[in-house]
Amino acid sequence: MNLETPLTEKKVKKLKAGDRVYLSGYVYTARDQAHQRLYNLIKNKKKLPIDLKDAVIYYTGPAPAKPGQIIGACGPTTSYRMDKFTPILLKNGLKGLIGKGPRSEKVKKSIKENNAVYFAATGGAAALLSKTIIESKVIAYPELNTEAIRLLKVNKFPLVVINDSYGNDLYEKGQKKYNELR
Amino acid sequence: MRIIDKEIITKEIAEAVQTANFSLSEDLYERFNQALKQEKSKLGKDVLKELIKNAQIAEDEKIPICQDTGIVVIFVEIGEDVFIEGDLNEAINYGIKIGYNEGYLRKSVVEDPFDRDNTGDNTPAVIYTERVPGNKLNFKVLIKGAGSENMSKIKMFNPTATKDEIIEFIINTVKKAGANACPPYILGIGIGGTFEKAAMLSKKALVSDKTKNDQVIKFEQKILKEVNKTGIGPGGLGGTVTALDIKVLTYPCHIASLPVAVNINCHASRHISITI
Repeated sequence: MNLETPLTEKKVKKLKAGDRVYLSGYVYTARDQAHQRLYNLIKNKKKLPIDLKDAVIYYTGPAPAKPGQIIGACGPTTSYRMDKFTPILLKNGLKGLIGKGPRSEKVKKSIKENNAVYFAATGGAAALLSKTIIESKVIAYPELNTEAIRLLKVNKFPLVVINDSYGNDLYEKGQKKYNELR
Repeated sequence: MRIIDKEIITKEIAEAVQTANFSLSEDLYERFNQALKQEKSKLGKDVLKELIKNAQIAEDEKIPICQDTGIVVIFVEIGEDVFIEGDLNEAINYGIKIGYNEGYLRKSVVEDPFDRDNTGDNTPAVIYTERVPGNKLNFKVLIKGAGSENMSKIKMFNPTATKDEIIEFIINTVKKAGANACPPYILGIGIGGTFEKAAMLSKKALVSDKTKNDQVIKFEQKILKEVNKTGIGPGGLGGTVTALDIKVLTYPCHIASLPVAVNINCHASRHISITI
C-alpha cells in the first residue's frame, strides 16, 4: 500500500506487521551519534534541531553523492544500536522508525504504547533504495558527515512493517513459520 | 628476483576496492537466482528480487551495492622471489585512500576506538601477509561491513566436542544474528589452530576458494542444511533460504583445544582477488 508522511496516529493504526508499504514524503536520517545527541538534548530539556511530531526517522549513513547525484547509496543500518535512545523519542512524538533487524522488548513495548510503527527496508539494497530519494539536505550536525541528520524527500520508498502498533512482530512470526528445527 | 614497484600495488588496490563495492560476483548472481527458485516465502522472494535489481543498478551506475562500504581486510601472498620496492602497507593504504575518494565510497574507519574521529580516507586496512613460493603477488581484498561483523562469534570447545555440538554453536550464532546481519548469509568458519588463528581462518574462508577436502565439503553441506532450517530467510522476514554458502577452513590444534570461529558475511559478500 502507499503511505504518506506525516505519519499520523490514524495512518499508523491501519498498518499491520507483514504489510508491504511504499512511503512518500519526508523522513529524517539519524544513526548512532545523532541519536546520542537527541537523547541528551531531551534529557537536559533542551530544544531539538528537528520536529519529532508524526515524524519518521531512517537509520542510515549514506555514501557520498557523486557529482549530479542527489545522494549516494543509502540503505538501512542495524537498528538495535538505537534501542537505548528510541523510547524517549517515541514519547516525544516520533511515529515511524526505519532500519533493519529486531528491536529490544523495551522498544517494542514503547512502539505499542505510543502507537508507532517500525519498518524494515532491505539491508544491502542501498543502490536501489537511493533511487527513491528525490531530495536530500543536511539539517543538523554537519560535522558528523555521513552520520549528520538529513531531511530526505522520498517517493515510494519500499518498506515492510515489522512491529505494528498492536504488538505484532513480523520477524518473530515470519521466522517461526519457516523454522524446522523445533 | 622479480621487483614490483609500490605504485603498481597502489593502482591495483585503488581499482579493486571500487570493483568490489560496485560489482556483485558472477557466482553470487547465480546463487541469488538459485535462492529465488528455492525460497518458499513471498516476502523472502521479494527481498531476493530487490537484491538482484540492486546489484544491477550498482553495476550499471558504478555506485556501491551497500552504503556501508566497509573496512578493508586484505590477505597478501608474497612470492618468495618477489621484492617489493617501497613499503607494502603504505602502498595498500594509499590505494584505499585513492579508491575510496575516486569511487565516492563511504569512509567508515575511525582513528581511535574511544575518541572515534574518522580518519577521512577509510584507512588503515587490516592486512595479513604470508610468504609463499613463486614470483607472484596476490591480494584477496574483502570489503567488510559492520552489520555482519558485529554478529560474529568464537568459542573454545573441549577437544572431545562432537560435530553436532559445533553445528549447534553455528546455528545459535546465526539465530542471534537473525535479521541483523543482512541474510541470506555467507558463513566463514575457522576450526582449529589457536584463539586468534581460528578467527583469522574464519575471515580468510570468506575470500578463499571452495575446499577440495571431502570430509570438509560434507560438513559444509550439513551446516548449510541446518542453517536453512532456522526459518530466518532473506531479510530475516522468514523463509527457507538463510544462507547462500558455508566455507570452512581448518588448521592443526593443541590436544586440549578445539577453537571454532564463525565470521558472518552479508549476502553481498564483496571480495576480489588480484594477482600481480
